[in-house]
Amino acid sequence: MVRFEDVWLKYRRAGEASLVRLTGAGSANAAPPDVVSGVSFEIPDGGFRWLIGASGAGKTSVLKLIYLAERPIRGDIDILGTRVGKLDRRELALLRRRIGVVYQDFRLLPHLSAYDNVALPMRLARRPEAQIKADVTELLRWVGLSEKHQSRPYELSGGEQQRIAIARAVIGRPKLLVADEPTGNLDDEQAERLMLLITALNRLGTTVVVATHNLGLVARYPAPHLEIAGGRLVADG
Amino acid sequence: MARRADQLGLHSAMADRLIPMLVGAMSFLAVLAIAGVIAAAALAAQWQGDTGAALTVQVPDANAPAASGAGDRKGAVLGVLAATPGVTGPKALSDAELDRLLKPWLGEDAQNLALPVPAVITASWSGAGSIASLRAALDEAAPGTLAETGARWAARVAALTASLKTSAAAILVIVALVASAVIAIATHAGLAQRRETIAIIHGLGALDSDIAGRFALRATLLAGFGAIIGAGLAVPVLLWLARLAAPFAGVLPQTGAPSLPPLLWAVLPAIPIAAALIGWVTTQFTVRGWLRGLA
Repeated sequence: MVRFEDVWLKYRRAGEASLVRLTGAGSANAAPPDVVSGVSFEIPDGGFRWLIGASGAGKTSVLKLIYLAERPIRGDIDILGTRVGKLDRRELALLRRRIGVVYQDFRLLPHLSAYDNVALPMRLARRPEAQIKADVTELLRWVGLSEKHQSRPYELSGGEQQRIAIARAVIGRPKLLVADEPTGNLDDEQAERLMLLITALNRLGTTVVVATHNLGLVARYPAPHLEIAGGRLVADG
Repeated sequence: MARRADQLGLHSAMADRLIPMLVGAMSFLAVLAIAGVIAAAALAAQWQGDTGAALTVQVPDANAPAASGAGDRKGAVLGVLAATPGVTGPKALSDAELDRLLKPWLGEDAQNLALPVPAVITASWSGAGSIASLRAALDEAAPGTLAETGARWAARVAALTASLKTSAAAILVIVALVASAVIAIATHAGLAQRRETIAIIHGLGALDSDIAGRFALRATLLAGFGAIIGAGLAVPVLLWLARLAAPFAGVLPQTGAPSLPPLLWAVLPAIPIAAALIGWVTTQFTVRGWLRGLA
């Protein structure tokens, strides 16, 4: 389950604040604006939600709160039954291991092979190498990239990199899968294939949140959606 | 395991020359400082032992009758010294020994110059009693007798040694701080270079201790390696200095092989260990502080 109760977020770090200023959202002397304002919603276990809204609406900020890359300045967040605000750094890290994340820009480690990129979460969790080998091999077969397990990310196409990213996101059998514009850098065929993988995971019981501004994709895979505009939740259902 | 060890690509992120070179230089200085303290302490102990325990008594008109009328003045003084607690081994220098002492100043025929040369008695002084009461007793037995101990010089040597130890401790602290600063700068550079990688691994659930541990392991190895080289290079320099200092310290005959105090050999392995520890602690603090910038 994912539950937000009156959640607010403001970026405090200089780089992100200046980014907000460049977009015209605030003046140089003003405090950084709220990028998420009073958002409340609930996604049940095994649920699927589209997170939609125009570019800059705050979708990525909401996703960052869900996958614990940011902490709210106000409000309560429950992720997989855990109240996030009460967790220390170690507990947050352990909770992150139960969340799979797929980024628009893949975020693979360029100096590691496809195999090692997929294996990374299991190695961080100190799983035995024999188990890692079995699971990674199976997942690479599932995403259709068994033959390219030794390839570096720069040797793969965008679609192949995204499938590696998916494999990395789900290798730890996450209870929650979060995807940020996962089809943004893919052609239609690759996007369809990716969505089939994601919906298959959802059918297996994984809670899924997918952020996109591609309404055509939303129409092809109908599901409840959360709509964000100006950092506020304007539609839920 | 090799794959696990380099998930952050640290072999290229952490400067593999800067840390060993600078930590090596710091270790070289640290060894010299420690050697200086050990040598100063050894010399001071030797000087304090020799000088502080020496009692020298001069008896003018040594062959004149003693104040008591029994025997000569030199005999009376020897008698007082023998009876005084804390004074051991009183011995009157022979004429030949006196000649040898005076020869640098008075030439070969000191005894023939008709100078009133006093008798000189040497003894060991444990400092158990009061030198003032000893002087009074000697003056009573043979008026005009002078007694001197090396206590004042021993105190000066002790003060000098303490100053050297304090200076060396300050040098060691500065060396440790510089080494720590170098490692912190190199770690920050490595973090900046691998910022994206660390953010990804952090997002995948890596613990702060995992990330800090990987950097710390690398920094520990580099600092320890640099310190081994630096301390190793200091050894021949110290042997050369020991050879130069040998005639003053009595460490070795001038024709013998140079050697270092056993305490210094025992301390040498501690330098790389200390450097490695500084590397580990500095990197842990640096990385964990940096990671607090992430959620």
